[in-house]
Amino acid sequence: MSVALPLPRRRSGAGIPSGGLAMGASMLWLSILVLLPLAAVVARSLDGGVEAFWDSVTARQAVGALRFTLLISLGTAAINAVAGTLIAWVLVRDRFRGKSVVNALIDLPFALPTIVAGLTLLALYGPGSPIGVNVALTKLAVLLALLFVTLPFVIRSVQPVLLELDREMEEAAASLGAGPAVIFTRVILPSLLPAIFSGAALAFARAVGEFGSVVLISGNIPFDTQVASVFVYKQIESDNAGGAAAVSVVLLVLSLLVLVAIRWLGAWGSRLER
Amino acid sequence: MSVDRRARIGLRLLALGYLAVLLLVPVALVFYRTFEKGIGFVWESITTPAAIHALFLTLEVALITVPLNAVFGVLAAHALVRSRFPGKRLLDALIDLPFAISPVVVGLSLLLLYGRTGWFGPWLAEHGIQLIFSVPGIVIATVFVSMPFVVREVAPVLQEIGDEQEQAAATLGASPWQTFWRVTLPAIRWGLAYGVVLSTARAIGEFGAVSVVSGKIAGETETLTLLVEKRFQNFDLAGAYAASALLAVIALATLGFMSVIGSRRSES
Repeated sequence: MSVALPLPRRRSGAGIPSGGLAMGASMLWLSILVLLPLAAVVARSLDGGVEAFWDSVTARQAVGALRFTLLISLGTAAINAVAGTLIAWVLVRDRFRGKSVVNALIDLPFALPTIVAGLTLLALYGPGSPIGVNVALTKLAVLLALLFVTLPFVIRSVQPVLLELDREMEEAAASLGAGPAVIFTRVILPSLLPAIFSGAALAFARAVGEFGSVVLISGNIPFDTQVASVFVYKQIESDNAGGAAAVSVVLLVLSLLVLVAIRWLGAWGSRLER
Repeated sequence: MSVDRRARIGLRLLALGYLAVLLLVPVALVFYRTFEKGIGFVWESITTPAAIHALFLTLEVALITVPLNAVFGVLAAHALVRSRFPGKRLLDALIDLPFAISPVVVGLSLLLLYGRTGWFGPWLAEHGIQLIFSVPGIVIATVFVSMPFVVREVAPVLQEIGDEQEQAAATLGASPWQTFWRVTLPAIRWGLAYGVVLSTARAIGEFGAVSVVSGKIAGETETLTLLVEKRFQNFDLAGAYAASALLAVIALATLGFMSVIGSRRSES
């Protein structure tokens, strides 16, 4: 599940438009299934005018949920950036028994339904915990759930770059007397940065919208553990479509910004490669 | 060298420890908790009428969704890589939207379009068509959230193989359809298979969007993931674990397929 980097521009031979049918059909399918519904959300959020939109978005509970979502997602992305890079490094450069199994299991959070992920964490860190750790209904529980579902992003984004990395530079640095720490920060890290950032951006986007894994474990306590997606869900349940749509539009704008950022990071990465 | 070695082992333990605490131990514990009461109990729990209905509904949704995604995915990937059309970059950017949007927002958007008070609500009601709170709504929501998988797996492969062979086939008199079946499809088959596996896993596991549009009617619009949630909320923890274990087994099978396809792919 990787958001692809922009495809390099092809040398267009004659520059004649071609493949219009596939293009048109894809655009139509995407418009009907994705763009039209999203347009309905934006339109609904503005049904009562800009003021009503603003009132919904700045309602205390909405602000609380949005702020918490933003902060915890940033935290998730930051922890992922560090842990993901470390795990990717160990998976590429280290050798130990069972490495290929560990490597395959990294994708488990993508394959496991989110509701099962939430339940899974509750089993170990919830009320009936066999190790006596109960963090259910706390902010830490939300963080754990988000770290679980976003685990693969940075790892899967850094791994291929690390594999392709030229070892000669590191050897040269080592022969000139650089220690492992210097080699990592001066030689390895700079080439990994675009991949780390785009993986972290994907993790951030996922965390901002995450619902299934958080809904059971967070307890949905307003001004404490309530995240934006659960807030929207509760608004839908209490028949406040306008309020739900307004907060959804904020989430949509955030998603779009992250997508733009990822494309920009992709361009940066391919510039570094050259 | 010994310091280096110690550092290496330290990093290894740190990485594996993180994975164990976050991922492996919790998942293993769910399996343990599930089978604690014996396999007979688990079997009973996943063969109740509600559970069987949920399983078949989930499979039905996946069976409709995945072929639609596969066809769209190949078509869109082809358009992205091979066509020369204005708006290509826009399509490229928009295709990732479903990955970046909260599943709840997806559900809401479909409610606002096809629900009772939605844009098409009155028209649909007039013609006796019900999409929301019924199976078609679940299918539409699932297609939405799992749309990009096939495109994103097939497009890079198409890019890599280039179009020389396709052009050669066309020069030799093959129709576009023949070229596609005989040349393009065999070349992209592993990428397509990978996308299909990812898309199937997501279709089976989708929760947020489905939970908004399905109405959660037991025995009618309740998928497996919704069943897990309901059992948990009804304090039927053992039942929730059993249904979760079933989904976890599907997830592990997905990982198995992924690594098999991955290695086939790197061979070819």
